[in-house]
Amino acid sequence: MTEDYCARCGEPRDAGEHLACDAALVLEPPRYCVRCRRRMVVQVVPTGWTARCSEHGELRGGDVVDPLGR
Amino acid sequence: MTTTHPTDAVGDGTAAVGYPVLEVARDQVLDRGEGLDEGQVLAVLRLPDDALPELLEVAHEVRMRWCGPEVEVEGIVSLKTGGCPEDCHFCSQSGLFSSPVRSAWLDIPSLVQAAVQTAATGATEFCIVAAVRGPDERLMAQMREGVAAIRAAVDINVAASLGMLTQEQVDELADMGVHRYNHNLETSRSYFPNVVTTHTWEERWSTLEMVRDAGLEVCCGGIVGMGETLEQRAEFAAQLAELAPHEVPLNFLNPRPGTPFGDEPVLPATDALRTIAAFRLALPRTILRYAGGREITLGDLGTRDGLLGGINAVIVGNYLTTLGRPATDDLALLAELSMPVKALNATL
Repeated sequence: MTEDYCARCGEPRDAGEHLACDAALVLEPPRYCVRCRRRMVVQVVPTGWTARCSEHGELRGGDVVDPLGR
Repeated sequence: MTTTHPTDAVGDGTAAVGYPVLEVARDQVLDRGEGLDEGQVLAVLRLPDDALPELLEVAHEVRMRWCGPEVEVEGIVSLKTGGCPEDCHFCSQSGLFSSPVRSAWLDIPSLVQAAVQTAATGATEFCIVAAVRGPDERLMAQMREGVAAIRAAVDINVAASLGMLTQEQVDELADMGVHRYNHNLETSRSYFPNVVTTHTWEERWSTLEMVRDAGLEVCCGGIVGMGETLEQRAEFAAQLAELAPHEVPLNFLNPRPGTPFGDEPVLPATDALRTIAAFRLALPRTILRYAGGREITLGDLGTRDGLLGGINAVIVGNYLTTLGRPATDDLALLAELSMPVKALNATL
């Protein structure tokens, strides 16, 4: 998948360095869609997270079980 | 910075060097169970780094003597994220800042799932949090349904953190079976206007009084490292001691992008550890919980030091909008330190 944008700050990946952003993302869920820069709807739960872009779908991290099987 | 200087106990240069405030702490807090006052806490916060090992040792002894070896484990979840009308300058969930956090509601099945997964770690506490000034009818309805569903699905104590409450809402939460209510004062009364301008410290205090009077356990702490002075940190500890909450969650500022405090420096680990020990010495019998920010402030080694310096409770797993250490890492550390996880029947 092409990552045109930084998932943390939303700026283009090729515009400057994102080392600090990449380091921070160890302890943060993504906030911006890396394909279109839309702000995602993020839900953090004790064991994981989901991040949903209205255009490009949902990402999941950690151990997240959708009880409704979505 | 003014620091507290060591003294030679017998004056001949051969005796062990000690710090007067730590001698006071041993007598007053460790032996008699009486917390340090504001001036004494300030003296602790001014101790130099080379006094830190001795300070942590005293704070740990106080914790073991007046609280015991058990550690209370909790998970937290955001029921309603973002879009908050308040302007708490540390918070990425305020709708008034250019934070990337968007509004979201957690559905009831996912809330129950989070409670079940939290209980599976051995946690006895599950706190439901909403980013609001105070709950509206929609949120209270969601709480009614959610708390009932959790209680039907899993044995875990349910706590809540929904902002400022009316007396009717306090009573309703108690009726639902919510056993503990979190409402942080966040910082000292004198520094609060630098942190929040859309409501007052006194409004928060008023909610806490209602919660306590209704018989719910009071959970009240704050965030260290928001630019407050050591004097204001000591003032905050004294104000918490006056409130005498059942639990004090201790956060360290995790500067969030887009918030007014987004460019604040991360608190040095030594300052964080001094604060943990100072708060333990001010609150010898209180549950003192590691909350947000410990990962970036203390790291793995500092987390251990805090558990051996006054902390006796942890939030495991993720926080509301940021991620934490895996619960398994914290549980393994507690086992290594021979600190048993508090059992559910011990909390009822």
